[in-house]
Amino acid sequence: MYVAVKGGEAAIANAHRLMADRRRGDRAVPALTLEQITGQLSLAVDRVMAEGSLHDPDLAAMAVRQARGDLIEAIFLLRAYRTTLPRFGHARPIDTGAMRLERRVSATFKDIPGGQLLGPTFDYTHRLIDPAMAGDEPVEEGLRRQREADAAAPRVTDILDDQGLIEPDVFSDDEPADLTREPTEYPVGRDLRLQALARGDEGFLLALGYSTQRGYGRTHPFVGEIRIGTVDIEVEVPELGFAITIGSVRVTECQMVSQFKGSADTPPRFTRGYGLVFGQSERKAMAMSLVDRALRADEFDEQRLAPAQDEEFVLEHCDNVMATGFVEHLKLPHYVDFQAELDLLRTLRAEQEQATADDHDTLSEAAE
Amino acid sequence: MLNEADQVNHKHRLDVLATCEATLLAERYRALGGVPECFPVRGPEIGMVMLRGRAGGSGAPFNLGEATVTRASVKLESGEVGHAVILGRDMEKARIFAHLGAMAQRAEWAARIDRDVIAPALAAREADRAVRAEETEATRVDFFTMVRGED
Repeated sequence: MYVAVKGGEAAIANAHRLMADRRRGDRAVPALTLEQITGQLSLAVDRVMAEGSLHDPDLAAMAVRQARGDLIEAIFLLRAYRTTLPRFGHARPIDTGAMRLERRVSATFKDIPGGQLLGPTFDYTHRLIDPAMAGDEPVEEGLRRQREADAAAPRVTDILDDQGLIEPDVFSDDEPADLTREPTEYPVGRDLRLQALARGDEGFLLALGYSTQRGYGRTHPFVGEIRIGTVDIEVEVPELGFAITIGSVRVTECQMVSQFKGSADTPPRFTRGYGLVFGQSERKAMAMSLVDRALRADEFDEQRLAPAQDEEFVLEHCDNVMATGFVEHLKLPHYVDFQAELDLLRTLRAEQEQATADDHDTLSEAAE
Repeated sequence: MLNEADQVNHKHRLDVLATCEATLLAERYRALGGVPECFPVRGPEIGMVMLRGRAGGSGAPFNLGEATVTRASVKLESGEVGHAVILGRDMEKARIFAHLGAMAQRAEWAARIDRDVIAPALAAREADRAVRAEETEATRVDFFTMVRGED
């Protein structure tokens, strides 16, 4: 028998009203504007777009505000919104080689064509809280310097590839798998893994990437290159008969160079892991590239022993919307389920008591 | 149908319209004055396109994540149809873009649009990009070597 219980509607309505009140806070303090959030909390907005898997800074800023700064809640909101929109098609793959660079560093070569451009980074700061952050002191503009005539900055991995020292990219124009359209069946291709990692939880991927450094699926990584900047988005417009640029987005790319692999036919050469993420997010791009490399274990005849090398484990647990949904559902009413468990426990205990009593009787009889 | 040279020119025009900042585009569009009426064929409507990357930067494509886009198609009384697709959710910008795209197919408008809309939009875009590039340039590391010890 299943008895539906109703109630709680007034409590829920009042709770949401209270949440809205607390979210707004002191009414004497001006409400946050979207410009403030996209402008001054831009890395939070970037994370929400990357893991929400939808590029739209204003929507991501609204989600951050609605979620009171709870980024996983904001990501959930953006994911829900994307299900309401039709998909018009797909863009041509972006060309990160043609990126308008805002930052570009290599940990493998000091002198690289195009140079090392630090850009707006937290690196080399002292990580001391700045008292100026409590006020609104004037902030200087960035310095400007004339660009050199030939400022071409080829990817570091392409430079290594020219010398045959690294596994080359295998170009193709195959239609990539799409985990938002078809159910996932294991094993999957690298295309689907990269899609899952690009929208995966930063914290989860960071921990997995860290685990490979600590020996759980070691790959001996070096940052070949990190580049951040804007890339043009081009789409084919069938009505026009050619592709047009529809705008540009900021992305972060990480090329992780890992230890060598050779075979009877090929001399040993470096292997690679790849990370690409919406926005300025190099921690996520680096973690993604470490995990991408770890997940390529089969390609290099490596034993799959560590969690970061387990494709199904990584892909099934890297999505924070799925994860939070299943973990957080535990707090919703489970009264009937729990009643069943309680009944089962009582039956087990009664049986055990009965068995103990019977044993006691048997022992007493034997003693007599 | 446009010939090849005109197509290259028209593509360039559309690329500039799509990447032009919305308030500048609206202002230059209004300043044109006496524009021919247009009728909506489709939209403006908001949807998404799937953005893609390539494994390793130049390998096989993969789906990176979606982006919101707005598309619009309009038709002039004289028959020319303009199509617009832009990143983001700005329906008015998409409509203006489609209208200008349609008008630019008429000889009497093409030169004016190129001069009064495309040229200033391109100049603004390049100026903006130059500032960013120069700010980045100032963060370039200039390595120097220090001689240590005595020889």
